[in-house]
Amino acid sequence: MKITFERRATLSRPVLFAAPLIALGLAMLTSLILFAALGKPAGQALYSLLLEPFVGWYNISEVLLKMGPLMLIAQGLAIGFRANVFNIGAEGQLIIGALFASALPVYFPEGASPLMLPAMIALGALGGATWAAIAAGLRVRFNANEILVTLMLTLIATQVLNYLLLGPWKDPNGFNFPQSVIFPDAALLPILLSGTRVNISVLAALLISALAYVMMRYRFSGYQLLVGGLAPRSARYAGFTEARAVWVSLLLGGLMAGLAGACEVAGPLGQLQRSVSTGYGYSAIIVAYLGGLNPLGIVVSAFLMAALFIGGDNAMVSADLPVAAVFVFQGLLLVFYLGSLTFIRHRVILNWAGRA
Amino acid sequence: MTILAFILAGTLAAATPLLLAALGELIVERAGVLNLGLEGMMALGAAVGFVVTYNTHSPVLGFAGAALAGIALSMVFATLALGFMANQVAAGLAIGVLGLGLSSLIGKPLESQTLDAPGKLAIPVLADLPVIGPLFEQDVVVYLTFGLAVVIWAVLNHSKLGLIIRAVGENPHAARAIGFRVLRIRLAAVAFGGAMAGMAGAYASTIYTPLWADGMIAGRGWIAVALVVFGTWAAGRIVFGAVLFGALSLGGLIAQAAGVALPSQLLASLPYAVTIVMLAVISSNRRRMRLNTVASLGQPFAG
Repeated sequence: MKITFERRATLSRPVLFAAPLIALGLAMLTSLILFAALGKPAGQALYSLLLEPFVGWYNISEVLLKMGPLMLIAQGLAIGFRANVFNIGAEGQLIIGALFASALPVYFPEGASPLMLPAMIALGALGGATWAAIAAGLRVRFNANEILVTLMLTLIATQVLNYLLLGPWKDPNGFNFPQSVIFPDAALLPILLSGTRVNISVLAALLISALAYVMMRYRFSGYQLLVGGLAPRSARYAGFTEARAVWVSLLLGGLMAGLAGACEVAGPLGQLQRSVSTGYGYSAIIVAYLGGLNPLGIVVSAFLMAALFIGGDNAMVSADLPVAAVFVFQGLLLVFYLGSLTFIRHRVILNWAGRA
Repeated sequence: MTILAFILAGTLAAATPLLLAALGELIVERAGVLNLGLEGMMALGAAVGFVVTYNTHSPVLGFAGAALAGIALSMVFATLALGFMANQVAAGLAIGVLGLGLSSLIGKPLESQTLDAPGKLAIPVLADLPVIGPLFEQDVVVYLTFGLAVVIWAVLNHSKLGLIIRAVGENPHAARAIGFRVLRIRLAAVAFGGAMAGMAGAYASTIYTPLWADGMIAGRGWIAVALVVFGTWAAGRIVFGAVLFGALSLGGLIAQAAGVALPSQLLASLPYAVTIVMLAVISSNRRRMRLNTVASLGQPFAG
């Protein structure tokens, strides 16, 4: 028997939604088996991972809290992925964004100016974009692979964070913990829903998502980026360059990640800590793909992934699962998504007679 | 042992996991496939190698288990990238995340446990040489790895098998036209890469630092991917690159020997920073890159 894949000319809309759902189902099934094999209460684990995040107002608010940065970063990354520019160092851009934003409250811990917060946000975006610009410059000028450069820059960013928190930026009254001073109120984002930790950054993330959708759909520059990545030669012929696609993709990706970093320190953390880097930058890659690299799809997938994070925290307690279980689940999700995508983009032809 | 001797001996050991993984990836890429999941396969190999060695007290079984784990994960990649013609970058990232997650899950119960460091094997006469003597007092895997580099160089450049692998990578359509099963050869190459990455992880966790700590691979899989580019897809230059990075990862010791006090974070960043610089220097020679790059690298092929 020979199996061949024939590319479909058009894609129907329901079929597009099917891929992430099929992936979710298969990832659930596989991890159920895996957890059982590890001797963990599998049913309890799945309940904690998938349902508990939606039980009760507190859990839902925490999901909204985590959704913001994931959505922001994924929107930025998707622009690049659509143009075949693979920025996989959003985690590092987030860290540098958080560092830039933290500089103000660290040096002005008594600051009360209403300009402090906007300045922090701007600095965060600038920091992330700067870190990504290194990769863009090296790719355009020296042809250096952006996948490897952005990743290496992330590893360096982690070391910079450690250096500052263990050295010059350590809170002198912080009992030697690797964390900065606690930020003044003027450096904190206003809370959106009282009684929870959800701040206005989630609204900003939704707004930016809408903007990304408009840009992709109705603006010529969105189309240019797509062509610049898919067919560099014909794009150059038509007058827009691969270099521009690289710069725009990386700068926007870095900017969004830096923004997310700034919102973390000015939001739920309230100070600079090591835990500013919890893997949002990596998870956002999966969010971007699961959302079909579409700004609207990403809103949905960011919500799902955020729920998974909260579920993972719950499962750690209730089913004695290590935090790594979340990453296993994320990996499975992406694996099954990429697999099911093939069946959606192609018609499967079985040829029982043998060789075609 | 003086500090210089320690550095000399340590360089080759530090280079070994990088070299093992990079040699595997070399074969994969020469066959036209880009598997970016090295970090995940190494991490999984490290965990499985450690757990098996811890329970059986047999380093050989540990390496075998790690190789099998690496192969298993690489087959997930192959299913997506070769079977389903998925984007190879995305498929590599997917198994990377999966491998890292599985690694912490498997290693968790043995956090901070240690293994006995294996004995060293001194090569008679050579090990007694002044200054460079310590280079020839290594564990057996170091010798095997550097020997394997020679074998892989010979196979790629001077054997029919090497010619077939290269043909499949350079022009899969022509290779199929003259009767080679392109996908089957690519599948074998990916499996080989998986086994090598798994063993590279096992070396890191059971011999180089025989202690389980989550996240111990710490970017070495990505450095191995970069090494293949530095080496412009040639085994000899990859060996050179691996030794250079082995030395760099001992930056702390070297700085100490030179009497310089630098923040440890700066030293830890050094291999990553050098990776970026080297990548830029070598890739900037566009003509040389075009000459050496595998022509069909990363492009799906419909069998």
